Amino acid sequence: MAAERKAPSTIYGVNSFCPGCGHGIVIRLIAEVVEEMGLAENAIGVLAVGCSCLTNRYLALDLMQAAHGRAAASAGAIKRCRPEKLIFTYQGDGDAASIGIAETLYSAQRNEGFTQIIVNNGVYGMTGGQMSPTTLVGQKTTTSVQGRDPEVMGMPLKISELISSFDVAYLARGSVHNAASIRKTKKYIQKAFETQMNQGGYTCVEVISPCPTNWHLTPLQAVDRIEKEVLAYYPLGEFCEGGVR
Amino acid sequence: MLNQFIFAGFGGQGILTAGLLLANTASVHGKEVIWMPSYGSEMRGGTANCSVKIDDEMISSPFIKKIDYLIVMNKPSLDKFLPQVREGGTVILNSSIITEVPEMPKLQKIAVPAGEICEKLKNERGANICMLGALAGCCELFTREEYETGIKDYFSAKPQFHEGNMAVFEAGYQCVKGE
Amino acid sequence: MKKLMKGNNALAEAAILAGCRFFAGYPITPQTEILEYLAKHLPKRGGHFVQTESELAGINMVMGAAATGFRAMTSSAGPGFSLKQEGISYLCSMELPAVIVDVMRYGIGLGNIVLGQGDYFQAVKGGGHGGYKVPVYAPSSVQENVDYITMAFDTAEAYRTPVILLSDGAIGQMAESVELPEAKEHDPDKYDWTLKGRDAAHPTGRKMTDRIYYDFAYSEYDPHIRERYSKMEEELQMWEEIELADAEVVLVSYGISSRVCKEAVKLARKKGWKAGMIRPITLWPFPRKAFEKTNKMAKAYLSVEMNACGQMVEDVALYGRSVPVYSYPSGRVIADPEVILQKIEGIFQGTEKEVF
Repeated sequence: MAAERKAPSTIYGVNSFCPGCGHGIVIRLIAEVVEEMGLAENAIGVLAVGCSCLTNRYLALDLMQAAHGRAAASAGAIKRCRPEKLIFTYQGDGDAASIGIAETLYSAQRNEGFTQIIVNNGVYGMTGGQMSPTTLVGQKTTTSVQGRDPEVMGMPLKISELISSFDVAYLARGSVHNAASIRKTKKYIQKAFETQMNQGGYTCVEVISPCPTNWHLTPLQAVDRIEKEVLAYYPLGEFCEGGVR
Repeated sequence: MLNQFIFAGFGGQGILTAGLLLANTASVHGKEVIWMPSYGSEMRGGTANCSVKIDDEMISSPFIKKIDYLIVMNKPSLDKFLPQVREGGTVILNSSIITEVPEMPKLQKIAVPAGEICEKLKNERGANICMLGALAGCCELFTREEYETGIKDYFSAKPQFHEGNMAVFEAGYQCVKGE
Repeated sequence: MKKLMKGNNALAEAAILAGCRFFAGYPITPQTEILEYLAKHLPKRGGHFVQTESELAGINMVMGAAATGFRAMTSSAGPGFSLKQEGISYLCSMELPAVIVDVMRYGIGLGNIVLGQGDYFQAVKGGGHGGYKVPVYAPSSVQENVDYITMAFDTAEAYRTPVILLSDGAIGQMAESVELPEAKEHDPDKYDWTLKGRDAAHPTGRKMTDRIYYDFAYSEYDPHIRERYSKMEEELQMWEEIELADAEVVLVSYGISSRVCKEAVKLARKKGWKAGMIRPITLWPFPRKAFEKTNKMAKAYLSVEMNACGQMVEDVALYGRSVPVYSYPSGRVIADPEVILQKIEGIFQGTEKEVF
């Protein structure tokens, strides 16, 4: 008997993300958790601008396409209006930590009741690999041609650590670079969604994700880079009382 | 007939409220009325003023060029608005604060020692309503009772202050009407 | 019973009565009383009030609330209204109903907190990207603040569009006697397009706010947009006519300036001059139909507005066709009826210079 491809019914179509991209995995994890929680008819996602907006082609949930950087503001309002629904944003690091950093931090500060999913791949993907707030020191991009120079461009920004200065309901940083990290990230997303539905308050999962195309690496080299370089600066785990656990 | 009033003083003296009380009296009694505050960037200590226009017909502009009644609670406001008072108009001034009063031969001048009155009546924030009382004494657009209805309606959420308010109002009224 | 109310407060109360249950905004003079009034009253009446970190967050929260079917509003003035433009463009693309209030002030950049009519271009010509159009109501009294905010919510839903209420510092700050309408209950679930969780009955099984990709075939979208705006242009025009039957000089003025112009028309008529006025109530759509009538006999249009160079005057020229257009931008102070009379006299004598 041929192997059957098992996918959540909320995932449809064939995604057009680049080979080795982590987005497809994160979206699938969200879809799995939503279905396992029985919330497919009661979930509303708010998509950011950038590669994350391609999600609207593959995820069969009610979706809002927000303006660049503003997904958190819109999601906070949706949750206030429809408190019984599961509300989440799906954003990249450029969207949530650069142009939308005010909306991100003030959602945490006001303890808005939605879940913010931030996919951190260290570059602006859709526009072709420019430096983002989370580009690592020395990393070459089309706008940090010699590699990120902290003297000129500052140090990479740690959005979860900034969020952790507020008294939020749940916060974790996961990754999707290997099977173990994927399983753990799914748990984080599940905990965030459960916290949202059961207890309320702001919840957020940052997900470290590979972008082989704009890192100019093969998919295998890209996951290797996460293991060796990225996690050294962005440690994984759940945040508790201001630190990573 | 159009009547035009300016209330002016320091921010915090209750000048805007005094104007609102007159405007509310007009509104309650079915007149056309516009109240308009000046708004500046200082919260307190700057000068504050508001204009009130009352008419039987619709009023076009909320702004005032010629003043019929000027109610002033400090010297800078008197200096600022005196040139705008029309010939035969009335100036009601707070003589507890404005001690140097220029000659104004073509105007009716009413000095109200609002500070002393309020001190005597133990209502230290009542100077604005005392000035309004004096206005009621000389502006017969409304009867004394109509003013009272307007004030009572405006402060309907704070009935406990009504008696105190009316005491200072009456004292101001008597500054004009009394002996 | 009529009640003395400040323009901003009356507007805020009327929004609640119209069923508005979501407000997000940021303090800026001279609109702040709207924020303060709703902070105090909206939560008590079952609504959500959010003071946001910026005007950007304010309009984007309104966008989220509007997508769920709630009646939602934000308000600002001048510099803050600039920050709302991105969101207004998105609301237009999503075809979401929402009300945006701009209590205009004077000047470019920080400008000044004093009253003015500085934002005509931005409100009427599409201050954001992409070439959208938004119905714009221009009240000229506290009562009209009340009447048009109610209408703004209804229009927004009837046409699925954001609507701008273009008030100004004078109307916002002044108090007049107003009659408030009856309270309306709004049901956020009554429309099929609202986000409330995937719905098997919906054509795609789930709803997307991004209409350009999901609700139209590639070739259908442009015609849809054209049809949408021409329908609004045809159906929404509103204006007031004063002494137009035989008018030779037609004043054109809106909002606070129009009140002074009304007085000027009266004074001009007393002198035996044939003056009249068109007061646009909707600035977009501009009252083309009014001009089509007056273009036949008017000898001149005189546009009166409270800014430095004149803005609406360009639309007067556009719709006034071949009739000469004169301009009186009164700057930071309200127009003076005496100056209007001098201008009218100058027009009759040929000494006043036309601008278009």
